[in-house]
Amino acid sequence: MSASHPASSNGSEPVGAAFILKKAFLSALVALGLFSLMIGVRTEAGQSGQLEYWTRFGDLASLVAAVFVGSIIVELLRLWLGPRGGLGSFVPPSVQSGLSIAGRYLAPALLIFTFLVPVIFYNQRYILDLGILVLTYVMLGWGLNVVVGLAGLLDLGYVAFYAVGAYSYGLLSTTFGLSFWICLPLAGILAAFWGVLLGFPVLRLRGDYLAIVTLAFGEIIRLVLINWQDVTGGPNGVSGIPRPTLFGIPLTPGEGGLAAMLGIPFSPTHRIVFLFYLILALALLTNWVTIRLRRLPIGRAWEALREDEVACRALGINITTTKLTAFATGAMFGGFAGAFFATRQGFISPESFTFQESALVLAIVVLGGMGSQLGVALAALAMIGGFELFRSLEVYRMLVFGLAMVLIMIWRPRGIVGHRAPTVFLEKSKSISSDLVKEGHG
Amino acid sequence: MSSAPILALENLTMRFGGIVAVNALSFTAQRKQITALIGPNGAGKTTVFNCITGFYKPTSGIIRLTHDDGAQYEMQKLRDFNISKQAKVARTFQNIRLFPGMTALENLMVAQHNALMRASGFTVLGLLGVPSWRAAEQSAIDAAVFWLKRVGLIDRADDAAGNLAYGDQRRLEIARAMCTGPALLCLDEPAAGLNARESAALSELLLSIRSDHGTSILLIEHDMSVVMEISDRVVVMDYGVKIAEGTPREIRDDPKVIAAYLGTDEEEAAAVMEAEA
Amino acid sequence: MDYFAQQLINGLVLGSIYGLIAIGYTMVYGIVGMINFAHGDVFMIGGFIALISFLVLVSIGLTAVPVILLIVLLVAMAITALYGWTIERIAYRPLRHSFRLAPMLSAIGMSFVLTNFSQVSQGARVKPVPPIVTGGYTLHEGESGFVVQLSNIQIVVVITTIVLLGLFTWLVSRTRLGRDMRACEQDQTMAALLGVDVDRTISMTFVIGAALAAVAGMMYLLYYGLVDFFMGFVAGIKAFTAAVLGGIGSLPGAMLGGLAIGLIETFWSAYFSVEYKDVAAFSILIVVLIFMPTGLLGRPEVEKV
Repeated sequence: MSASHPASSNGSEPVGAAFILKKAFLSALVALGLFSLMIGVRTEAGQSGQLEYWTRFGDLASLVAAVFVGSIIVELLRLWLGPRGGLGSFVPPSVQSGLSIAGRYLAPALLIFTFLVPVIFYNQRYILDLGILVLTYVMLGWGLNVVVGLAGLLDLGYVAFYAVGAYSYGLLSTTFGLSFWICLPLAGILAAFWGVLLGFPVLRLRGDYLAIVTLAFGEIIRLVLINWQDVTGGPNGVSGIPRPTLFGIPLTPGEGGLAAMLGIPFSPTHRIVFLFYLILALALLTNWVTIRLRRLPIGRAWEALREDEVACRALGINITTTKLTAFATGAMFGGFAGAFFATRQGFISPESFTFQESALVLAIVVLGGMGSQLGVALAALAMIGGFELFRSLEVYRMLVFGLAMVLIMIWRPRGIVGHRAPTVFLEKSKSISSDLVKEGHG
Repeated sequence: MSSAPILALENLTMRFGGIVAVNALSFTAQRKQITALIGPNGAGKTTVFNCITGFYKPTSGIIRLTHDDGAQYEMQKLRDFNISKQAKVARTFQNIRLFPGMTALENLMVAQHNALMRASGFTVLGLLGVPSWRAAEQSAIDAAVFWLKRVGLIDRADDAAGNLAYGDQRRLEIARAMCTGPALLCLDEPAAGLNARESAALSELLLSIRSDHGTSILLIEHDMSVVMEISDRVVVMDYGVKIAEGTPREIRDDPKVIAAYLGTDEEEAAAVMEAEA
Repeated sequence: MDYFAQQLINGLVLGSIYGLIAIGYTMVYGIVGMINFAHGDVFMIGGFIALISFLVLVSIGLTAVPVILLIVLLVAMAITALYGWTIERIAYRPLRHSFRLAPMLSAIGMSFVLTNFSQVSQGARVKPVPPIVTGGYTLHEGESGFVVQLSNIQIVVVITTIVLLGLFTWLVSRTRLGRDMRACEQDQTMAALLGVDVDRTISMTFVIGAALAAVAGMMYLLYYGLVDFFMGFVAGIKAFTAAVLGGIGSLPGAMLGGLAIGLIETFWSAYFSVEYKDVAAFSILIVVLIFMPTGLLGRPEVEKV
């Protein structure tokens, strides 16, 4: 914790046992200060509403001891990895370039595997549900990637468009009885419309200001969903949202159901498998459109915008419309994902659309390596999969998630896939190191 | 072809708060000529450029551009991106502004954005991959290849612009500006940081842009050998006002110009003297 | 009119709390150019530490309220400042020269860590405390029977805010540390070349910001009589709004912005709707950023080409 100590910043200085112990001792001391009251004393409102407290000095002592030992381990690791052995050197360049070669085969392999998941794990409902969840976040990640990764616009309120999509389908279907396949494009269009509505005033803001405004926008949408009870059902949300049909054929037991029509015994798994392929198709559509767009002038303009806005203006590119199209495109995919979410859950409430969701999707995009489609998919798998692994930890889950976000940023600030693939080439497509790629000002 | 000058500035004034960076400046740049704007550091040259190319809105005055077909544009009224899109004025920057994470070829493709947007049916036709879009894309690549060859960077087409050497980046930026199909090309110190050989190549390139492509050029330059060699006309600024205008030969002998340089920057005054000798 | 006067008082008190948090945002943004997303949670931690130290002090038999308040204030400031220092050290310093998004995500992660740390360590339920500072003055009794009151706690909040604000204004304008801070704000490389310890200066910025947030946390606890683990998020966004409204980087601006946000929120709740008070605050944030991104007292940013 006290690496600012002169000795550690100078690699040639001898790093002895005494130094390591001293650092560990200082770290433990800081930990003692931090945790003294927060861990050492536990407060809770008692029976009469009066606040009571009891001490937990044992927990405090073990936590401080853990910091002491942890600090020693970190220092030893640092010693072992060499003088420049920051966390960043865990992945040497040779491995990184190897990764990019493997990446060429990884994407098709991953795709084939994904297609086969419902076949392999047909009887494992849990895996299928998890797969659907991961794919939903892959789709959200790919959608946000258009805004953040390509256009370089920092959007912290992406969940708002997810919410717009979900509520569009939820309300249109329960109020007007419209089917999923009519509502899906409507949800996308409505979300895109909201994207433009938000985008128009805020797009001349830059960097952190844009981030905070989009965050505020996301919160406003959520608060309106909570408080506008007549329409949205308030905190209770919308329930009884119809399940999707295979172009009109319901996936239900009984007469008109798909199982009956095919003459096979009904199983609830059919619907899960159907949902799996539905979200897979939606995600792949997002991916396909994004890849196409990158090779079109609009996509190149997005990336150019991320690289240098001033130069774009000098080349006659209308910054406002270019940013708006990026915002609208990203929002539209968010809307599709939202409609899917609503039909899968059958129930939506404002609770599902908190800032944490936005942060999670943004973390997926950044961890994936901004602009990289494969990276985003891998990051979604790692994040959501990891999140599931820690499900047993319950309340500690978000704590671990937050810590993971910090550590991942320190470890790989540019994400898993650290290079950019050119959109057009003459002789040979050479991937561009992310050190050169800008991340935008907007 | 219109007989009016390609660019005419009338009483251009630019104030920043209380500071007058450009004061009632008037000059013209003739069609298919190279006009140089020179002056000591801080004379207001780049401010003039930024007004012409729409990055600043001038406090007062008119900047009039006349195309070959007689179409006129008042630049101070156009929105920034329309200066390139409609008025066909391209520029480069004093401190190179390429898209460093994109390849040289991609940089030149971005420069053809507006034409390609139309060809891609504002993305719709492009998304469907219709043949007319493919043809337009191919011709855009051809145009990019032409300019890459012209500036000697064809071997680096697939390399990231940020990886190119300094001189290469300068030339790529000029190629990118030319890919917008400009009527007027504004170059902000294109020779800065170049060695003698590169400067000579630059002079040759600019002369050919003028004669082979019919593009008028306005340039700010400190390298007097370049200015004296290629300019058809020179405008000298100091403290935001024009102090002299004429052919390179006239400027060279103008005592006011020599005084302006001697009074502010000995090195550049020496450069003027040297060019004279 | 009486109702209005009462809301004015309430708004100013709330605004003082926002202003104290806003200073932390503004200082950090000024010096490292990042939004310290975890700052709202530092405020929450400050509230918790004030609560716990208060409980402990009362249970060991201390009865003199001013003494208790002073000790609680000092303990909360000290420990919360340590949180500020640690956060900078762990989550931000390794990323100082990294890509712009990395520190922002790291900050969001840190915010989650703090929120859930206090949830895990202190439980999810709201922690109420009995009123600590009681009593007050009746300023005016209207004909309709409406009474304009100024409670002692409101006086404590406002006076504490004024004193600390004065102290820290002196600190950043008159001391060596303040000079170093302003130097780092202008140009870190140059400051380092001139012998300013940039690391230490940035650490101190976080420490001071956290200490002031702790004061805000304690005032919140005294004023509202409760804390909970989730209170940092919304308070943080509002305080950030205040910092932007006042002009980011400006200390008096942050205070001014805080008062403005406090007043707007109070009046909105009083005259329009309580449910939409946060929507009002967020909308103001958006409107301010769009129409006057430099805020009330900020310096305009000139685009260099």
